[in-house]
Amino acid sequence: MFSRRRLTAGEAAFDGLNVLIMLVICFLTLYPVWYVLVNSLNEGQDAMRGGIYWWPRIFSLESYRAVFDNAGIMTAFGVTVLKTVVGTVLHVFFTAMVAYAFSRRELIGRRAYMMLGTVTLFFSGGLIPTYMLIKDLGLLDHFLVYIVPAMFNFFDLIIFLSFFREIPEGLEEAAKIDGAHDLAIFARIIVPVSMPVVATIALFHGVWQWNDYFTGVLYVNNPDLQPIQTYLYRIVAQSSSNQIMAGVGGGIHRTVTSQSIKLATMVVTTLPIVLVYPFLQKYFVKGLMIGSIKG
Amino acid sequence: MNARPDAAARGRPQAIRRARGRKWLAKLMNQRYLQIMALLGAAWMIVFNYVPMYGIVIAFKEYDIVRSIAAAPWVGWEHFRDFLQDDELPNVIRNTLGISLIKLVVGFPLPILFALFLNELRSLRFKKAVQTISYLPHFLSWVILGGILATWLADVGIINALLKALHWIDEPISYLAEPKYFWGIVIASDIWKELGWSAIIYIAAMASVPPELYEAATIDGAGRFQKMRHVTLPCIQGTITILLILAVSGVLNSNFDQILVLRNPLNESASNVIDIYVYHTGISQARFSYSTAAGLIKSVIALLLLLLANFTTKRLNQSSLF
Repeated sequence: MFSRRRLTAGEAAFDGLNVLIMLVICFLTLYPVWYVLVNSLNEGQDAMRGGIYWWPRIFSLESYRAVFDNAGIMTAFGVTVLKTVVGTVLHVFFTAMVAYAFSRRELIGRRAYMMLGTVTLFFSGGLIPTYMLIKDLGLLDHFLVYIVPAMFNFFDLIIFLSFFREIPEGLEEAAKIDGAHDLAIFARIIVPVSMPVVATIALFHGVWQWNDYFTGVLYVNNPDLQPIQTYLYRIVAQSSSNQIMAGVGGGIHRTVTSQSIKLATMVVTTLPIVLVYPFLQKYFVKGLMIGSIKG
Repeated sequence: MNARPDAAARGRPQAIRRARGRKWLAKLMNQRYLQIMALLGAAWMIVFNYVPMYGIVIAFKEYDIVRSIAAAPWVGWEHFRDFLQDDELPNVIRNTLGISLIKLVVGFPLPILFALFLNELRSLRFKKAVQTISYLPHFLSWVILGGILATWLADVGIINALLKALHWIDEPISYLAEPKYFWGIVIASDIWKELGWSAIIYIAAMASVPPELYEAATIDGAGRFQKMRHVTLPCIQGTITILLILAVSGVLNSNFDQILVLRNPLNESASNVIDIYVYHTGISQARFSYSTAAGLIKSVIALLLLLLANFTTKRLNQSSLF
């Protein structure tokens, strides 16, 4: 790729410096996460004394046991998992379905439909009118508030749309000759063929669903319906640590503190994404490219 | 249908209209599944996008949550006037623009620089590893990050411990309790979180630079930095320009998720940005109409900026090399 000639001293120095800078950046990126991990794996009371920077002083899994024993935290995790899975599946299929319809040139009213969507990219009702709508729809304190308002996104539709346009018409026509109607064509042919785009949108939306905390803050008061991020928010930003300690069962977890439970919860919350994202790198990169080019 | 005196001319136009109408209806029936699919999307948009747009009308009324929108009395521009004359407004604007502009000036070039230097790494495996690690923070939620920051910036936290060990300070500083540190915390943590992710686009753009250009530059005796300046940067210039214009047009927006987590009553004078102000007056203070009016003003100005940016990028695209 590059011509193999002798490096000058200056260039070698630059290379060395570059590697050093990159290592520093990697360290600065990873250390905060490492710090949380290490402190969560340390005995809670001992961790309060501070000074744990590289490795646990007294290793202990008590905090994690306390997390899994805590009914409130486990319920919140359940809500998060459920909302992520259901929300993502519904979002991907509904948005893709509408995108398919919008992609067909023969669709009567196509320009009107596209106009309808384009306006929403530029303008929205705002926080309060949306809150009023959710309230009027009876979605306050309801699980579906995580699903239905997130079910569709015109920006994602555009991404699907540009992909669908590339699909050769022969595929669709062959199916029509066999007597399939449009919905069947969509479900049985278009979707399998579009797996890369489907995967990309699913990933982006899934990550968003997993990390979203504000929907729960704004629309949900029932503690059993709050995802783990909202649960953590109330602890981090509102310092209601009494909440966690209340869930800790008596003398079973004696060495645990509310801080160590908080850290352990943070680790368990973030672990799935951290473990999974490196393998999905190509989807994220591709998704970003499509999104930015079309946008 | 008016009766035409001329019998011969009567039949034709009607027949043609009816035939066309029947064709159109047949076409519609033929694509009924498509239409249902499209209508479902349109229905969703009308409910979740357009109905709230109608709700904006409460900005012109004195809306009371117990009664309906229609029952609320009309007050015209009163809320808008109140907002523009509010004592807190100058501070809110200062916080919003201050944070956004500094984030822009400091945070916009950094991913580009990072991408440039990453590009120079010789080992492909090391390069990929660094890149993958670099956008890990992007996947952390702000709640998690806020928790980490709260821990680190606490009196007994690692930052204070470090600074005391270096003898830079004697007493621990409560960083999140002091307004003067807020901007720095917000800007630094946002840059830390998004550096790797923002760099992805630039790295991909750099990968599409034709290698012949680099070879030609080498033949011309160009060194590393010269190649960066005269080959790499000009080739990704289009990408940079578009992203820069979009970033500038978004100057009224704030990272709501971030600031909501990091703000508290003590640092409020520095953390009150427009989006937070709208949220606070609307939800915490239940001043629905007022909050909507404030939000509307901001949305309209932000929209104008975005349209201006859109227009500018289109003009530039036509005149650029791409």
